[in-house]
Amino acid sequence: MNFKLKNILPQLITLLAVILVFGFFAYNAQVNMENRGIEFGFGFLSQESSFDVQFSLIDYDGSHSYARAYLVGLLNTLLVAFIGIILSTILGVIVGIARLSSNYLIERTAAWYVEFFRNIPLLLQIFFWYFAALRALPLPQDTEPMFGVFFLTIKGLFIPSFVWENLDIFIYSVIAAIISITVIRIYARKLQENEGKQLPVFSISVSLFIFLPLLTFLIGGVSLDLSVPELEQMSNTSFKYKGGLGIPPELIALTLALGLYTATFIAECVRAGIQGISKGQKEAAASIGLTPNQILKLVIMPQALRIIIPPTTNQYLNLTKNSSLAAAIAYPDLVLVFAGTALMQTGRAIEIVSITMFTYLSISLSISVLMNWYNKSIAIKEK
Amino acid sequence: MNKINLLKPDLNNLYTYMYSAYFLIFISILDVFLNAFFSINITSFLPSFISFVLPLILGLIGLHFLRIEFTGIKNLDLLNKHINTNNFNAFLTLIIVFVIIKSIPPILSWFIIDANISGDTKDACTGTGACWTYIKIWLRRFVYGMYPNDEQWRINLSFISLLGLGSIGYFATEKFKKYLTLYYVIIYPFIAFLFIFFFISGGPVFFEFSYGIIAFAGSIIVGFFIPKKIKIWYFLSIPIILYISLKYFFFYEESIDLGKLDGFNWVETGAWGGLSLTFIVSFFCLIFCFPVGMFLALGRRSGLPTVRFISIGFIEFWRGVPLITVLFMSSVMFPMFLPEDFFMDKLVRVIIAISLFEAAYVAEVIRGGLQALPRGQYDAAKSLGMGYWKMHILVILPQALKLVIPGIANTFLALVKDTPLIFVVGLLELVGMLNLAKTNPEWLGFAMEGYVFAAIIFWIICYAMSKYSYNLELKYKTER
Repeated sequence: MNFKLKNILPQLITLLAVILVFGFFAYNAQVNMENRGIEFGFGFLSQESSFDVQFSLIDYDGSHSYARAYLVGLLNTLLVAFIGIILSTILGVIVGIARLSSNYLIERTAAWYVEFFRNIPLLLQIFFWYFAALRALPLPQDTEPMFGVFFLTIKGLFIPSFVWENLDIFIYSVIAAIISITVIRIYARKLQENEGKQLPVFSISVSLFIFLPLLTFLIGGVSLDLSVPELEQMSNTSFKYKGGLGIPPELIALTLALGLYTATFIAECVRAGIQGISKGQKEAAASIGLTPNQILKLVIMPQALRIIIPPTTNQYLNLTKNSSLAAAIAYPDLVLVFAGTALMQTGRAIEIVSITMFTYLSISLSISVLMNWYNKSIAIKEK
Repeated sequence: MNKINLLKPDLNNLYTYMYSAYFLIFISILDVFLNAFFSINITSFLPSFISFVLPLILGLIGLHFLRIEFTGIKNLDLLNKHINTNNFNAFLTLIIVFVIIKSIPPILSWFIIDANISGDTKDACTGTGACWTYIKIWLRRFVYGMYPNDEQWRINLSFISLLGLGSIGYFATEKFKKYLTLYYVIIYPFIAFLFIFFFISGGPVFFEFSYGIIAFAGSIIVGFFIPKKIKIWYFLSIPIILYISLKYFFFYEESIDLGKLDGFNWVETGAWGGLSLTFIVSFFCLIFCFPVGMFLALGRRSGLPTVRFISIGFIEFWRGVPLITVLFMSSVMFPMFLPEDFFMDKLVRVIIAISLFEAAYVAEVIRGGLQALPRGQYDAAKSLGMGYWKMHILVILPQALKLVIPGIANTFLALVKDTPLIFVVGLLELVGMLNLAKTNPEWLGFAMEGYVFAAIIFWIICYAMSKYSYNLELKYKTER
């Protein structure tokens, strides 16, 4: 009896405390909202938003609903996260490997890079790129093109865009290439397991991947044109680029800062992962006659990835969450569009902040569920 | 004279190779150096592309000549081993050296040679370099925010005294060492709060709360001299009696006019800012997030299902959302959850929000430490008859915390780096002040100087913290 009470009492107390706190908050919220004449509900999402967004991936203007504004913000956030992840991964892997270089100068340079960018607040870095570095760029009319087609101006980066004809056929060909590569890989593995023969899978895959899409250009009627941005004078002092793809400076500053900052953490993950493999593994692999390439591919990487991937995913998550700093430089991400402008207009603090938080929460939780599943599937199976 | 094969440098002609290599490398570096510092191109007679890559080619050939194994010359062998192992490494080495040489003159001229620091107005900045005058004029604002100029000694005094009180640990004698934990965990934060409240904020000397403080502090001091037998009864009754008597008899409300007797001029938190606010926010968040995180970690490992699930939910919630939305919540959503007449200061809300947010991260770090401890430690503690709390305080936590010093230091670093985010609720610490100064019409166009200044300060703080944690880690490292 005594034992049970000892277990139940603390639980009851915690539960009671939590319920009391939540009840207190809920009661106050109800009273406050009644006083202000607001009703709780998500009906406002279908109302006309009547505000404009600077940069959006989908068709949007003031006549669309708040739900659409939410979608615009979410897509912008995902865009930043996506570019940032690619940038930081490339840079992080390079720096991580450089930190293990036998060349003293390279190792030190990489170490200083990590120490430098890691110890400066991300917000400061974003501000630096946006307000100091990118503001020093020339005006559109004074810009010299890079390689003839890129224009880096104070108004953003203007690059040529692709103009596709019959894009769908091209995409089908890419999908077909991927499917056939998968089939070949499975077949090659079976062949190796059953008969011990090895197919040159890599070169076959690469040639397939190049050949199939190329075929569509030749016979599928797919054609590709470049639309190079051209400067156009609007009035005496105002210039604008026509054609091409314009990347706003907010996006550049944000992805640059996020990429450079997160790369330092990814570099450390990569370094730890490769250092975590004992030398014996490499020597053992060499002693059974594997080539250096095979050692890297079959022995080192599978083990190093097991150490590298979980913390790196964590960094990707951090990057996604940090992309909310976009609000500081007015890049229209989820926080700025939805928790900023939409909240100001509707005044529905509780609903909007909860939706925003819930969005981030579901991104994080779904990725961590995936991670747990992945960790379990690659964990060393001990008997 | 041995035969010289230019593709394969060997030991026999060591000196021939060495001197020609030194000559080539010298030429290539001299070329880059002259180009960078005096913008003289000594190879201008060549076509521009060749003239551009010539130092690289010369350097590569030179390093190739140098690559001779076991020369017996110590420095040369070291050089070969570390930066000149193969052509690729030599190439990277040269690139790095050239980039460093190239980047010295512009950096030097921006920072020092062409920079200005004299004068009081924007006109003093005539050079092409940095305008440190801007930093000099705005320094007070960057450090103290909008805090009134002639009251700033209050911040200085508080910070210096807190620093002094904080360093007591180094001078404590053996006798007092056992009280240090108590001091740092409970007394020191409390003193810090009093300093902030009375000195920096200039809160009223007497208000409801201060009677409680006086009663509590007084009774604790007297409590040291009370025999152990009646100690419990003493602490249960005396503080309350003291509180009531203080409030209703000694300082009867009418006679002192509660809340009106100001020690100093009241400076509202909205005016605080700059670097001092960065310190205040990080300091309190550090102090609060650690114990909360510890309890959450214990809760997550607890055998009681309710406690465990609540802890998991709490931790995962805070870890899943960005800090900026948490701050949004504290500024726009949280007031809705409070009774209407209840007012909570912006700064307090922010500190609570950041503390809870970081506590979740601290909890995960500490959980890692708890999981890393072998079961034997728990079993041994239990077999000695220790209860849950005794076991954790005396056996488990000291070992677990030792293990996770680097992780905790990283979390604290993240916290310091996150403080600029409080601009969301309108509090302007260093970075926020920079943004404000940048938009001042008299000082337009000096964003770069401001950000470089802030970056240097933050870098020093964070780098010092990470080095300190590394030392701490070494100090508490125990062999297992």
